[in-house]
Amino acid sequence: MKASTNMDLSIYAKRKRANFIGMVLSMSAMIIGLAFLLWILSILIFKGLSALSISMLTHSTPAPGSEGGGLANAIVGSLMIVLSCSLLSTPIGVLAGVYLSEYSDRSKIAEVTRFVNDIMLSAPSIVIGLFVYALIVVPSKHFSGWAGTIALSLIAIPVVVRTTENMLKLVPVSLREAAFALGAPKWKVSTSVVLKAAKSGVMTGLLLALARVSGETAPLLFTALNNQFFSTDMNKPMANLPVVIFQFAMSPYDNWVNLAWGGALLITLTVLALNIIARVVFREKVSV
Amino acid sequence: MNTLPETKEIILEVRNLNFFYGAFQGLKNINLDIQKNTVTAFIGPSGCGKSTLLRTLNRMYDLYPGQRAEGVINFDGENILNPKQDLNLLRSRVGMVFQKPTPFPMSIYDNIAFGVQLYENLSRSDMDDRVEWALQKAAIWGEVKDKLGQSGLSLSGGQQQRLCIARGIAVKPAILLLDEPTSALDPISTGKVEELVHTLKSEYTVVIVTHNMQQAARVSDYTAYMYLGELMEFGETDQIFMKPARQETEDYITGRFG
Repeated sequence: MKASTNMDLSIYAKRKRANFIGMVLSMSAMIIGLAFLLWILSILIFKGLSALSISMLTHSTPAPGSEGGGLANAIVGSLMIVLSCSLLSTPIGVLAGVYLSEYSDRSKIAEVTRFVNDIMLSAPSIVIGLFVYALIVVPSKHFSGWAGTIALSLIAIPVVVRTTENMLKLVPVSLREAAFALGAPKWKVSTSVVLKAAKSGVMTGLLLALARVSGETAPLLFTALNNQFFSTDMNKPMANLPVVIFQFAMSPYDNWVNLAWGGALLITLTVLALNIIARVVFREKVSV
Repeated sequence: MNTLPETKEIILEVRNLNFFYGAFQGLKNINLDIQKNTVTAFIGPSGCGKSTLLRTLNRMYDLYPGQRAEGVINFDGENILNPKQDLNLLRSRVGMVFQKPTPFPMSIYDNIAFGVQLYENLSRSDMDDRVEWALQKAAIWGEVKDKLGQSGLSLSGGQQQRLCIARGIAVKPAILLLDEPTSALDPISTGKVEELVHTLKSEYTVVIVTHNMQQAARVSDYTAYMYLGELMEFGETDQIFMKPARQETEDYITGRFG
C-alpha cells in the first residue's frame, strides 16, 4: 500500500513493534498460568480416575490397615453440610444484599455492614474455623455437622451479600420508578421487580459461593472434624470430603492415599460443574 | 393568564409550586390548572423543568433525598404535597409511563396484573377480563393475545411501551402522566401511541411531556410552554400554536429557538 503524503510510517512501525512485544508478554503470562493449572489437573485426573470406582461411592472410609473402603460417608456428609449451608446462607445473604442495595440510602449502618462484609470476604478460613470452634464446639463439648455448616455459612454469606448487592445495583433505576409509579410499596418493588430482574445474577453468586465453600478444609477441621462411620446425624461429628482428603493423603496406607485422590477429583469436578452451570445457565446477569 | 375559564371540572390545581434539586431551583412559581378528561402537553427545551413538573404530580421525586417541592397541588380536594400524603395510594391514582419502555421481568399477563393486584382482590376470571381490557385499550391485545405467558421483555420496543401504557391503565388511575412516551419509538409505534392517547381521554386525564411540537399539537387540548423552570404560557393548544401571546413561545414553536 502506498503511503499518503503526510503519513509517517515509522510511527506506525513503532506502534506495531510495541503491540507485538505486548502481545508476547501477555501470551507468555497466560501460558505460565495455564500450564500450572493443566499440570495440576492432569495429575489429579490421572491419579483420581484410577481411584474412582463403584465401591468408592458405596463403601464408607476404611479403618486403618484394612483393605478397600470408599468415601460414601464423606460424600453424604459433604452434601448435607453444603446443602444446609446453602439453606442458611441464601436467605441471610440475599436479604442483607437487598438491604444494602435498596434500603440503606448511604446510612452509617450500611457503611459499617459493607466494611465488615469486606473483611469477612477476605478473612482466612482457618480463623473462621477457630471462631466457630470456640463458639460452638467447645461449649457443646463435641464436633458436629452443624458446627461445620455454620463455619461454611460464615464464609459463604459475605460472598452472597456482595454479589447480591452488586447485581441489584445493576438493575436500572427506571425499573424501580416504573413499579413505584403503579403504587407498589417498597418491599414489593424490591422483591417482585428488582430481585426478580437480577435473579440470574444472584443465583450465579449463590452457586459460586457454594463452589467456594465445598472445597474448604480448614473450617471443617475445627468443626465437623471427621467420622469414620456412615452418619447423617448433624449433631455428631461428620465425615466430609475435604477433611478426609487432608487426613488420607498424609497417611501411610496406599488405599487411603488412593481414596484421597479420588475424593479430590470428585470435589474438583463438582466445583467445575457448579462454575459451568453458573456461567452457562445464568449468563444474563440482569434481565431488563 | 395562566388559569383557564371554569367551564370544565378541574382535576389538578397547581399553586405557587417551587421545586428544588438541592440548592438548584428547578421550578419557579408554577400556577396551572389541569382539566378533567383532557390531554395537556408540557413543551419546552431540554432542562426547562417539564419532566420535573410532571414528576411532582405523582411525587416521584420523593424517591430521591435532596429533592423537594414547595407550594400546593390540589387533587381531589387534597394537597398532595402534604408530607402525610400516602404516596402508594397517590401513585395508584396518578399513574405514570416513562420515556424508555420498562416492562417488568415477568410474563405479559403478570406485567398487567402486578399493579392491579396491589389494590384489588380480583378472581382469576375478573383478572383475565381486566388484563384483556387494558391490553385492548392500549391497542396491543391483537399482537399479544396468543402469548400472554411470554416474558414482556420478548416484545419489540414499541410493543413494550404500549404494554407499559396498558399496565398504567389497568389500575384505573384518574390521571395518567406520560413522560416523553414516544421518544424511543419508531414513527409507526409513535402513531399508535398517539392514537391511544386520543382515545384515553374519554376516561382519563392525560398529561404528556414531549419534545415533539407536532405531537403536542396533534394530541393535546391544552399546552404549557416552559422555559428555565418557569411556565411561560399556558392555554388551549390551538391558541398556543396559532397565535401565542408571547414572542418566546412563538420563537420556540416555529423553531427559531431551542
